[in-house]
Amino acid sequence: MSDIEDDEIDLRALADDELVEQMQDDLYDGMRDEVIEGTEILLERGWAADQVLTVALVGGMTIVGVDFRDGILFVPEVLSAANAMKGGMEVLRPLLSASDSSNAGKMVIGTVKGDIHDIGKNLVVMMMEGAGFEVVDLGINTPVEEFLEALEEHKPNILGMSALLTTTMPYMKVVIDELVERGMRDDYIVMVGGAPLNQEFGEAVGADAYCRDAATAVETAKELVAQSRAA
Amino acid sequence: MPRCATQSNTAATDHAAIQATPTRVIACGALAVELVELKKANQWDQLDITCLPAKLHHHPQEITPHVKQAIDEARAEGFEQILIGYGDCGTGGHLDMLLEQEKNVARLPGAHCYEFFATTPVFDALAEEELGTFYLTDFLARHFDFFVWRMLGLDRKPELLEMYFEHYKKVVYLAQTHDEDLVRRARAAAKQLNLEYEFRFTGYGDMQSELAQFVSFNKTVIN
Repeated sequence: MSDIEDDEIDLRALADDELVEQMQDDLYDGMRDEVIEGTEILLERGWAADQVLTVALVGGMTIVGVDFRDGILFVPEVLSAANAMKGGMEVLRPLLSASDSSNAGKMVIGTVKGDIHDIGKNLVVMMMEGAGFEVVDLGINTPVEEFLEALEEHKPNILGMSALLTTTMPYMKVVIDELVERGMRDDYIVMVGGAPLNQEFGEAVGADAYCRDAATAVETAKELVAQSRAA
Repeated sequence: MPRCATQSNTAATDHAAIQATPTRVIACGALAVELVELKKANQWDQLDITCLPAKLHHHPQEITPHVKQAIDEARAEGFEQILIGYGDCGTGGHLDMLLEQEKNVARLPGAHCYEFFATTPVFDALAEEELGTFYLTDFLARHFDFFVWRMLGLDRKPELLEMYFEHYKKVVYLAQTHDEDLVRRARAAAKQLNLEYEFRFTGYGDMQSELAQFVSFNKTVIN
């Protein structure tokens, strides 16, 4: 994003607002080391961990998400940005855990059985954590039994399921049908996502929401949890 | 499959002749070489092959609208029979939804070209054996550097390799032809991805049999 050679910029010489802007540029460009350095500087200046996360990292990643949706950025660039954000998150996570100030809600999420693809899911996890959600990540190739056990154990607000393959996405219906069978369906908000999915598929399998990208997942989660709490 | 057996031969008479119906094949560019070879080997002169860019696979949501446009063009050129040389290819069923609205259009079976080259039972067994398998075909072995490495941005951002392939264990090269150069390329690709390598010769698999079946159905009886 920036025309200036990055190695010419002394991050410590920048005022807070300039540093945040520079960090968002660096995140956009996938410059992990610079994002980590910027994160550490803001903490040294007395910023709260959740403030650094929300303003600098999530703010930057939201720009990346919008440009991905608009076809300006492609998967490699988004992954690179995510990798940079992950670097900043690693600095912040111990501090966030210690403060535990946020209570946006809790999510159990996994890539469904038969599918080993987790790039999209990992982006959702990162953005959800950035938005203050507690996330229990079940990883890849998750069978229905594992989803159910995690729901029983963690009592989340949201169940998230991800799939990249046309052949595995129908498994989401297996999980949802099992929830219905056990009378548990209404206890959870069910959100689904993945490259081959669409709105019609989400409705057909009985999910509450289909989310086309990580940023949408966060917004949808906030909205649905708020509705659920208000009900 | 094929869904559109369009002409019956029950009306054939002693004086009747069977003429192959001109058919437009709209296919993924990744299948172009194989389709041309099969057409030539079987003298399927009635097949008129047109291919869409293989790189659409990196944006699967674009496949269905491109196929729709190609179908419309084929209709405008007078083709009644159309065969779609795609699997579902990550369209999430959208390609099939489009084809259900079209008359006299059939598609090759399966989710991906890997599946119809390997045949479904073999492909299912491979997936069962190791979920983390990255498949190469002749096309992907030949064009690995551009179609996989560069299209995934790994030439510019090699640090992304682990993010992409963290859960993969091996490369299986499903070979359509016996070609030592492609075997060498496939081996090199596996090494570049830090994955184990396995070779399986498939030939053209279900693609050949499905095409043959499609061609045999689509004949016009001329009195």
